Order: sequence, then structure tokens, then C-alpha cells
Amino acid sequence: MAILLTKDTKVLVQGITGRIGSFHAEEMKAYGTNVVGGVTPGKGGTTHLGLPVFSTVKGAVAETGAEASIVFVPPPFAADSIMEAADSGIKTCVCITDGIPAQDMMRVKRYMRRYKAENRMMLMGPNCAGMITAGQAMMGIMPGSIYKPGRIGIIARSGTLSYEAASQMQARGIGVSTSVGIGGDPINGSSFRDLLELFEQDDETDAVVMIGEIGGPQEVDAARWAQDNFSKPLLAYIAGLSAPKGKRMGHAGAIVAGEGESAQEKVDIIRSCGHHIIPHPSAFGETVADLLSKMKQAA
Amino acid sequence: MDIHEFQAKELLATHGLKLPRGGIAYSPEQARYRASEIGGNAWVVKAQIHSGARGKAGGIILCRSEEDVEAAADKLMGRRLVTNQTGPKGNLVNRLYIEETVQIDRELYLGIVLDRKAERIKVMASASGGMEVEEIAEKEPDSLIQITVDPGAGMQKFQARELAFGLGLDGSMVTKATDTLLACYRVFRDFDATMLEINPLVVSKGELIALDCKMSFDENALFRRPDISEMRDKSQEDPRETFASDRGLSYVGLDGEIGCIINGAGLAMATLDMIKLSGGEPANFLDIGGGASPERVAKSFRAVLQDKNVKVILVNIFAGINRCDWVAEGVVKAREEVGLELPLVVRLSGTKVEEGKKILAEKAPDVLVADTLAEAAEMAVAEWKKLGQSAAA
Repeated sequence: MAILLTKDTKVLVQGITGRIGSFHAEEMKAYGTNVVGGVTPGKGGTTHLGLPVFSTVKGAVAETGAEASIVFVPPPFAADSIMEAADSGIKTCVCITDGIPAQDMMRVKRYMRRYKAENRMMLMGPNCAGMITAGQAMMGIMPGSIYKPGRIGIIARSGTLSYEAASQMQARGIGVSTSVGIGGDPINGSSFRDLLELFEQDDETDAVVMIGEIGGPQEVDAARWAQDNFSKPLLAYIAGLSAPKGKRMGHAGAIVAGEGESAQEKVDIIRSCGHHIIPHPSAFGETVADLLSKMKQAA
Repeated sequence: MDIHEFQAKELLATHGLKLPRGGIAYSPEQARYRASEIGGNAWVVKAQIHSGARGKAGGIILCRSEEDVEAAADKLMGRRLVTNQTGPKGNLVNRLYIEETVQIDRELYLGIVLDRKAERIKVMASASGGMEVEEIAEKEPDSLIQITVDPGAGMQKFQARELAFGLGLDGSMVTKATDTLLACYRVFRDFDATMLEINPLVVSKGELIALDCKMSFDENALFRRPDISEMRDKSQEDPRETFASDRGLSYVGLDGEIGCIINGAGLAMATLDMIKLSGGEPANFLDIGGGASPERVAKSFRAVLQDKNVKVILVNIFAGINRCDWVAEGVVKAREEVGLELPLVVRLSGTKVEEGKKILAEKAPDVLVADTLAEAAEMAVAEWKKLGQSAAA
């Protein structure tokens, strides 16, 4: 989805000199991402992986014209890094970090509202796999090789489940326009709905696969919104049908705490909104293929 | 992370809340001594377990003499208390809290949670205390009043006043309630809580007293809350989960017999769903995390094998950054190291999958290799059913 990320988007890596930041900066460059520099406070003026390193995001933006950033900063400092990006004119930020305290994320969300909607940074994550515009660029930790360029959008809480979906589609010759991770934390940046709004405007996407899980209201909110406002087919899978109530299933946000938060309840509501349900996690490829052949017949 | 009632009350006390006088006891003799220390002529003996609804389960006993306190303590200590929140095995009682009784003029409810929809802290109160909040929401929904807190400004006095007036309090009680509500909010914020519930909060002779208290904390924030980390009580956890979490693995114990090792929380939940759909029951959720190195795979095998009910193991790894051939080598090595003899189904996908399968075929020909998630679940369930039949025969 060119709205979010193309091969020309100038990307900064916050936490580039760390082990994980270094590794993924190289992988992103190898995929074709236009990585223009990195930020590590105190290491400004040095060079790492052949890229300039800056001490502040503002400094990096002034020097490189970066418009996007990806955060690989450890949990205690990650919220601060996201706010720094928001304050420096970064338009799109992906936070990979897993383990940020919920109250820190509350402050981040509040802080981002200081900016008018048109200047406000779009945040993906935290605790996500990032995003990829297939065949162009990636800001994330996904294996680029499983995405065949194409016209299906993916929005997912879970990284590995989005890989599962992309590779099942690839096996059937179906390609992906953009895949975006929104992360498994209880309080996150962009929601399913925020991204559906972008996919609605994206000429390069024909249908969207939404991969949700137990906990929180976002899958249902998106399904309800899409009923009247999303003109493309929406296919949904919800993980955790067998998850017991009150147990946290790996992700900080994957817990059935109240009404409407279990997988079955979500599936029922999404279906009642008229969207397609992907019945099990081995049926991503099949369900999308069926839909595409029906769309072809109709056309 | 959950803590005990007496620990939650210690935290409330640091912020000036009024509490009944009480003390902790580890034996019936100590319980009796605590009662005499507190004085008076009536006490409650309260089992300290990580669960609400203890009263209905017989975990809270009102006593009218020191002998009764000793007898009640004798009855509760060492018992596994089953409530509607603990599951059928119940939780072990190895601590008691002995408390003075308090005159109850009114019972109120106070709850503070992280509201995921508003992405803010939400404070709820109701004049119908004593009932569980779900019950209040169902029977007396209009009595539940709530405010959300701006994380930039914090909870304001007027918000606390709104709640106090909403509870029908007046006169000096409004000021007392305002202080109490603000103090509870500060406890919640200062210790990175995710849930704080005082139920009931009682009006007693012109004072507000927290009779019971439950708190949970954000595990992601424990790095900056060492005092809270120290309150962890492993005796209240599923021992399988303690074993795994001590080794940095994300694990949830379930009731089935098919052990699972998967990378990624979403894929792990999905694999469990697939097993169920294929007619089996998973024994656990386990997210091995990134890497899936031989060491981590070996650790995961050990964690899964803590559960003696496990009859078959299913490994499902999506090799993204790492490669299937490395993961396959890791599985072979870990299996040898652990001495695993149970049937093993492995599904690899991602980069270098053919090389990975070749390694398994050469070095571990008895391992069942699956191509898809559905196939892996079906194979694991088929193996499990085979074992069941041979055991029955």
C-alpha cells in the first residue's frame, strides 16, 4: 500500500546499533527498503552498517529527510523513543519492541494527540512484526520471501499468523499488496479499523484479510465500521477459540477479560456484520482463493 | 501478576487508606495469637489465595472466640480451596489473614481497570457493594458509575467527587470518599496495576474502610516495580507454568494430552484451535519465541514434559528469519538431549523447508513430518487416538 510505505520511503532505524536493530536493518536494506540512517543517543556522528548514526530523531530527520522510523529500543525506553519520533515529524512509525508497560503506551497515545490529525504520526505496534509492501520495501522483522506481490491486504495482531496467511496465499499463487502488524499489546497504535480506512483508499488492494485474536474490542469495532464504510471484501480469522477465560495467551493483550472478548463471540459478531469468516488457520489460502474465483465469475 | 489480599492491603496502607486491623498467620497457633493481639471479641479468618469469591467457597470464617479462630485456621491451612475462579483443582491455602470485624453501615463497590477501548484508566463505583461486579452490571447496571482518567493530567478531585455524590454520600463522607478514591487511583498508577478492586468498601461509623481488596499488575512493568515482583507467590500458580516462566518461556497449562511447541503467540493459539477442530485436546500453550535454537527447543521439550499427561508432542515452527534446516537440526539435537520417547509430529514452514525435512528424514526417521497446519494437527490427534486405543486394549 503506497499510502504507507514504498521503496522510496526514507526510513530511520531507532536503536540501530543494538544487536537486533543491526540485524534487521541489514535485512530491510537487502529487501530494498530505503534505510537512510539510524538513531542511538550518544552515538551521533558515527557510521554503522554504512549508514549515518544520529543522537536525536530531530537531527536525523533534518539531515536525511526521513519520514518513517522503526523502533528496536528495549522496553523501558521504547515509549520515549516513539514520542521522540512523533515530535520529530516522522509520519509513520513501527514499534517492534515487546514488553512495553501498558501505562507507558497510554501516555504515548495521549501524547500523539498533541498533533492535529493531519500531522499526527501513524504508529504500528508495539509488539508487532512490522509492515511490508510486497516487492518494494519492508519495515519489520518478517521473512520477505513469503510475500508474492499482489492485491490482497493483510492486517494482523500476530506476526507468525500473518506469515502463515501470506505463505498459504503464495502457495496458491495469490499475492499481497501490503501486510501490516498492529501488535499483541492491550494498548497499541493503529487499530484494525485505522488500517481498513487506508486499505479502502488503496487502489492496489482488492480485499483484506484481518487476523485477530481473543481480548479487546478492536476486531469487533473494525467489523462494525466496515459494514457501512468498507467497500471491499473483508475476510477475518480470530485465533483462540480454545483459549480459557482469564488466561493470558502469550500476548499481553490476548486475554478474555469481559463480554465480547472471546474468539467465538468475535466470530459471531463479525459474521453477523456480513463479512467472510476464515474457519481455521489452515484455510487462509483456500478461503481467499474461493473469494477471488467468485469475484472473477461475478465480473 | 496477582497478589494476595493482605499484600494489596499493605499497598493501600502506604497511600493512607483505612483498613481493619489484621495480621498474617502461618499456623493455627499463630492465628490465635494474632486474634489476641488484635483484641476485641470477633474476628474473621481469611484464606489467602489468588482468587475472589472466597467467602462462598468457605474460605472466610467469622469467629466469636480465640478458640474458634484456632479451629477455623486449622480447618483452612493446607487445604486446596476451590472457588468459581480457581478451576477444579483449587488453590493451596498456606497463609491466613486474621482481621478484626467492622460494623457495616453501607457496602460500596470500587474498581479500577485499564480500559482497552478508551486506552485509559477507568474508575468504577457502585452503591451495590458486596456483589461481584459482573452481578452488579447485570442486576443493577444503573448503580455502576464510572469516570476515565486523562493520563496527562491524572485523576482530578472533581471526578472523585462525582463518584462520591453518585454513591449517595454526603457531608464529611464526601471528602473522605474523595481522598480514598484519589489514593486508590495513585496506588494503581504508582505500582503499574492492571486491576484494583475493593469490594466491599464499607461505610462504618462515619469512616470508609476497605474490607477486601484484590490487585493485579502489569507484568511488562515489573522491571521497575521490584517491590511488586517480590510479592509473587509461586504456590498459587500452576507448577507447569512456573517451571516454564522461570525459563523464559510463555506457557499456559491446559487439560489435554497433546503437548505443543510453537513460535509466536498467534500461531500457537491457532495451532491449539486446529488440534481441537481435529478432535484432540491440547495439553498446553507454549510460545517458544524467536530463534528456536536447539537450547530453546530442549527447554521447551522439558517444560512440556513437566505435564505427565502429555502423550504426543506437536512442534510447529514458522522459520522466518532462522531457517528450517537449522530448526530441524535443533529439534533432532534437543530430542536426543532430553531423551524424548513420545511420538513427535513436526511441521516446519518458511525458508529452506525441503532441507529441513531432509534432515529430519535422515537423522530422525521416526519423527512424523507434516506439511500444513491442518495435517500436523490431524497427525498429532491420530497418534494420540492410537495410543488411547492401545491403552484401552
